[in-house]
Amino acid sequence: MTRNSIVFDNVSYNFGKKEIFKNLSFEVPAGQTVGIMGPSGTGKTTLLRLMGGQIQPDTGTVFVEGKDLKKIKRTELFELRKCLGMLFQSGALFSDLTVFENVAFPLKEHTRLNGEMIRYLVLIKLNSVGLRGAAHLFPRELSGGMQRRVALARAMALDPKLIMYDEPFTGLDPIALGVISNLIKDVGSVYECTNVIVSHDIEETARISNLLYVLSEGEIIGQGSPQDLKKDDSPRLRQFLNGLPDGPVPFHYPAPEYMDSLIGVKNTKRTIIKRDD
Amino acid sequence: MFVHALKQIGRFSFEILSSMGRALRLLSSALIRRPDHRNIPLIIGQVYQLGVLSILIIVCSGFAIGAVLALQGYTQLVRVGSESALGLGVALVLVMEIGPVVSALLFAGRAGSAVTAEIGLMKATEQLASMEMIGVDPIARIIAPRFWGGFIVLPLLALMFSVVGVWAGSLVAVDWLGVYSGSFWSVMEQGVDFFDHVMKGIIKSIVFGFVVIWISLYQGYDSLPTSEGLSTATTNTVVFSSVWILVLDFFLTLMMFEL
Amino acid sequence: MQSLKIEVLVGVFLLISLLCLGFLAVKVSGFSLGKSNDRYLLYSHFEQVGGLTVRSKVAISGVEIGQVLAIEYDQETMNARVTLEIDSSISNMPSDSTASILTEGLLGSKYISISLGAEDQTLSEGDEIFDTQSAVILEELIGKFLIEQF
Ligand SMILES: Nc1ncnc2c1ncn2[C@@H]1O[C@H](COP(=O)(O)OP(=O)(O)O)[C@@H](O)[C@H]1O
Ligand SMILES: [Mg+2]
Repeated sequence: MTRNSIVFDNVSYNFGKKEIFKNLSFEVPAGQTVGIMGPSGTGKTTLLRLMGGQIQPDTGTVFVEGKDLKKIKRTELFELRKCLGMLFQSGALFSDLTVFENVAFPLKEHTRLNGEMIRYLVLIKLNSVGLRGAAHLFPRELSGGMQRRVALARAMALDPKLIMYDEPFTGLDPIALGVISNLIKDVGSVYECTNVIVSHDIEETARISNLLYVLSEGEIIGQGSPQDLKKDDSPRLRQFLNGLPDGPVPFHYPAPEYMDSLIGVKNTKRTIIKRDD
Repeated sequence: MFVHALKQIGRFSFEILSSMGRALRLLSSALIRRPDHRNIPLIIGQVYQLGVLSILIIVCSGFAIGAVLALQGYTQLVRVGSESALGLGVALVLVMEIGPVVSALLFAGRAGSAVTAEIGLMKATEQLASMEMIGVDPIARIIAPRFWGGFIVLPLLALMFSVVGVWAGSLVAVDWLGVYSGSFWSVMEQGVDFFDHVMKGIIKSIVFGFVVIWISLYQGYDSLPTSEGLSTATTNTVVFSSVWILVLDFFLTLMMFEL
Repeated sequence: MQSLKIEVLVGVFLLISLLCLGFLAVKVSGFSLGKSNDRYLLYSHFEQVGGLTVRSKVAISGVEIGQVLAIEYDQETMNARVTLEIDSSISNMPSDSTASILTEGLLGSKYISISLGAEDQTLSEGDEIFDTQSAVILEELIGKFLIEQF
């Protein structure tokens, strides 16, 4: 593995006073399917937004396909994005366009294909997510899971080199889940596209990934192939992978002592839970 | 207490300055992306959304206001026996003041708030972000066409407003109150000057169109992605637009008609 | 289909707005393009133009025959120089005609009234009307009247 699709070099990011990432460094090798896992609220979506150049890190650099996202010109960034695909957590379909038009949008914008060609491509993509029959519907007429399948078809429309998926498995029934995760896997292995899957679904992500990163509280607490991670016995990693409610990784968002909040103790700011107890 | 108040003022003015900065940045980036041939259909679509769909409210309001102006003017003028100047009065007031101002207020309420809500919702549902990730700049694709559409449309709506108002005035004055139609129109024609009055009214509505559509776009683009953020943004569009229209009207009148 | 309908409606919208502009120009403000291209200019000097403005009307016997094009201070003669734009169909004004600044009604707007002279020679492009009567300023009149009283 020589070339990297994405490189995070000492990246820190804060939302106001809340620290999301602290000196985060990792790589996504080209042509691999990489899973980034972590409990909700650790900043997985934020991580993808950094990769897409939608937000800039406070310190450190993000390289995508060898380009430094901080130095790159706006036009170059948009040029770069033409060969990236992103599946948003919410789907983020264009609500005024039909399913067909949504998937056709990137093709119409960035290619000179004629209408007939675009129609073929769109129907092929829609068929692969099982929604060819829904082409004429509007997003509001679909369930959340179906919307995200359309969004997946749209993200893949231009056959990008790198696709980022934000929670691709949530809201899918078991059948759709199987089909979609195989689709993602095939995109990776057959078309040699780099996949970055951000998810808290351990099993499914581990099944199709070559490389996993486990993220917690702004740091990477475990990395390696799925087999490596199974053997790793660091307590924080074990807790997340085995789904234990309590352990080194807190289930609770930082908060005052439970009892204090309930009986209304003043000065609650002082009594923040310590997580190393 | 005093320090606290100072702090508040400081924070408040910082907030205003920084939002003015963001608004300017949005405007300049929308203007830099000059409408190319691909943008023309988008602008036409916006002229339809913002203009054609506003015709009804503009025509109805223009009619009502023209009729009321004629009625009010008549009761005053008939006492000094100069009801022949009614046409002149109605036309001048409509063309220079009421036409540009009221149509701009209506435009802010009908079209401006719709633009804000539309863009705010697109932002809240990550449609703008996903468009960006597809490699299409939402400023060029969403903001710029709406800017040009709104900018073109308001002066045209104001023209319609004035014309319908004058027509309604003539209906009330000539056909109902019995003012002699010859003097109604000829005194109007003599007193109203195309460059002195009509053009200055048009200039006003061009300025208002620019300001209203700018405010609407900025409020939508800068809204918080929540239901409350969206409702605040829509309210802000109507409130800020209205205040700016009235304040600017004063200064434009001062500049164009007095000096 | 949908976009065609929109395009047609937008076209109609633009057309209607143009008609509205036309209505305001022709019917409301009596603006006609034909007027200004066949006109000629005359000049005259006034001691006092008080209240006369650009585009004030110029009339003979109360009938409008042109308008004031410019008013400026003339440094040589040390008074006001007024440029008149006269309809070219009025071509036989005697060169000794008089231009006076009058008021329409008691408090109305100022205009220039030309009373015709008797010379055979007529005024043409660029000529000057030498015989002028300045504007009557009401305050001055009242002031004079008061001074004479005491
Ligand atoms: N716009 C924002 N403003 C402030 N804090 C935010 C914002 N967006 C996200 N956060 C915070 O950043 C953290 C990470 O959010 P996110 O990346 O959405 O998490 P994940 O996708 O891993 O569930 C959360 O704890 C959240 O509270
Ligand atoms: Mg998330």
